[in-house]
Amino acid sequence: MTKDIDCISKKKFMEKLESYRKGSITRRHFLNVTGLGAATAVLGATVPGLRPTPALAGDIGDRVILATWPNYHDVANFDAFTEATGAHVQVNVFGSNEEMLAKLQAGATGWDVYVPTNYTFEDYVKEDLIEPLDVSRLPNYDPSAFDPRYAEAGSVNNTLYGVPKNWGSTGMAINTKHNGNKAISSWKEFFDITMDKFSGRTVVHDYQLTTIGSALNYYGYSFNSVDPGELADAEKLLIAVKPHLFAITSDYQPSMRNGDAWLTICWSGDGKQLNTDIPEIHYALGTDGGEIWSDYYAIPKSSERKDAAYALINFMLDPNVNAKEVQEHGYPTADARTYDMLPEDLKNDPIIFPAQDLLSPLEFGAAVTLTDPNRAELMARFKSA
Amino acid sequence: MTKRTRNWLLLAPAGAWFLVMLIIPLTVVFIFSFGERAPSGGVVLAFSFEQYSNLPARWAAFKNTMTLAPIGTLLALLIAYPLAYFLAVKVSPKWKIILLVLVIVPFWTSILIRSYAWIFLLGGRGIPALLDMIGIEGVRLINTPFAVLVGIIYGYLPLMVFPIFVSLDKLDKRLLEASSDLGAKSWQTFLQITLPMSIPGIATGCMLVFILLMGEYLIPAMLGGGKVFFVGNALVDLFLQSRNWAYGSAVAVTLVVVMLITVTVYMRLISRLGASREDVSIM
Repeated sequence: MTKDIDCISKKKFMEKLESYRKGSITRRHFLNVTGLGAATAVLGATVPGLRPTPALAGDIGDRVILATWPNYHDVANFDAFTEATGAHVQVNVFGSNEEMLAKLQAGATGWDVYVPTNYTFEDYVKEDLIEPLDVSRLPNYDPSAFDPRYAEAGSVNNTLYGVPKNWGSTGMAINTKHNGNKAISSWKEFFDITMDKFSGRTVVHDYQLTTIGSALNYYGYSFNSVDPGELADAEKLLIAVKPHLFAITSDYQPSMRNGDAWLTICWSGDGKQLNTDIPEIHYALGTDGGEIWSDYYAIPKSSERKDAAYALINFMLDPNVNAKEVQEHGYPTADARTYDMLPEDLKNDPIIFPAQDLLSPLEFGAAVTLTDPNRAELMARFKSA
Repeated sequence: MTKRTRNWLLLAPAGAWFLVMLIIPLTVVFIFSFGERAPSGGVVLAFSFEQYSNLPARWAAFKNTMTLAPIGTLLALLIAYPLAYFLAVKVSPKWKIILLVLVIVPFWTSILIRSYAWIFLLGGRGIPALLDMIGIEGVRLINTPFAVLVGIIYGYLPLMVFPIFVSLDKLDKRLLEASSDLGAKSWQTFLQITLPMSIPGIATGCMLVFILLMGEYLIPAMLGGGKVFFVGNALVDLFLQSRNWAYGSAVAVTLVVVMLITVTVYMRLISRLGASREDVSIM
């Protein structure tokens, strides 16, 4: 590196600076030939607190916008990414895949990376909203490291559109303090206790997929059912339950933590986070059904910072980074390299990596479950009832 | 340049603004409302009244809006009037400015953040915990219509205070003296002089608050826990969750029509009130 800097004479430097100012060479080229880029990188790495400013790091732009889910990242990793690239990670948090889809359908979102769930890919591809991924730009992506169960939905017609982020389950979290220290483990119990001694204390998601799915499980129907008769039963249950609910929201952690809510439909990572901080909150999977899912990193077609998007995804796929993510948010990883780096207690954690037989009643959400107009309208009727 | 062309030119910016920001969007919404939901969301243009015939499914949202918006407006008026009266009539000029600024200060922070404060205040560890300490147990405030009402009154109070303040501030104090010289009791003076003179302020304040409340979305979503549903919330759901733009447009058009009717009736009432007020003042 120092050699580069020695190589350039004062005169040549001024010439280059002039051509950079005139715009005949790019900033990147200027930084490379003058060695300033390398010098900054060295300084940035050795002098703590001297962050490469966007103007000098320059390669991928000054920011990248990530659309993701609540409580789903280790912020320190974003800081490290900024440190390494100069691009700031701007995070937009969403409550449902429908909302993400609606925003993308409506036009420019400004997002560069987003985190769709397994059942959305067919629609994104059909609507031409998602960018096929160029694996050569994702050196940290090693397909053989991933459990195919949690990776296959990222490809449609043999084209790769998404690389696995995390998988998880949708179960229930109960504050056992209010139930004689007993947890519950079925959707039947979930809704029955809500209409009984937990009245006014239960939260269901503001998300048709999981809320209607859980109500369908109550009757022993499939989580993914779009059968009008079965949906009518689910609607009857939800309407009956509504007066007993504390809230209809996908942001249930605050009210579970402050004690206003005692029971909620819960994603496994939230369950882990709640259980870690408040041990009497238990997370359980429904023995009568529920959802298993897998989230992916993907790039919307409309992204205007694709370099930054690839850089961020590649960074997050680094097992060192990914392992920190898992320890922060408590969602399991499908990446064997990352799994190997996790501490033993996480590998054996029953919430993060549940026993296979507990997973077997669960279903992956289907594309039709997301887009079925009757389910959408049912949810809206339930909410406005 | 003739006077006519000049007038047209001067009107052009406002006209363009109305066209781009009001007429075109409303027309688009109106056209969408006769369409159908596209298979994976959005809208397919058509000519069908299906969306309008589905309106009863959102009856509860309209009912909530049409009850909580007027109640909220009325309560805001009842709270704002004494405050505005105090500010305009009773306070010394030096304090007036300071107190007026204090009324505005909440606007310096986003309503979103202030609503979060209310989530805490009304939640189990806020006011209910205090009530619990003095022996009133089991009070549930957050995620109820009451919480939404508190939120909207809190959020919109300044919009009610200011117009009333302005109309009371302009009030000629000599009229009040004359009234009492002529033997009127203070409540008679208030009813016959002060109140009628402040009607324009009341009318403006109520109109401002009511119209904004009819379209309210954020406060019910945050303090109602997704259970107290306004038309605004129904619209957000239709566009962002179920992606049924056609039905959403029909609901939006209906809201506009309901609002137009309410506001027209209201204006008629006010102008009749204004007319009778003039009779009073002539007397």
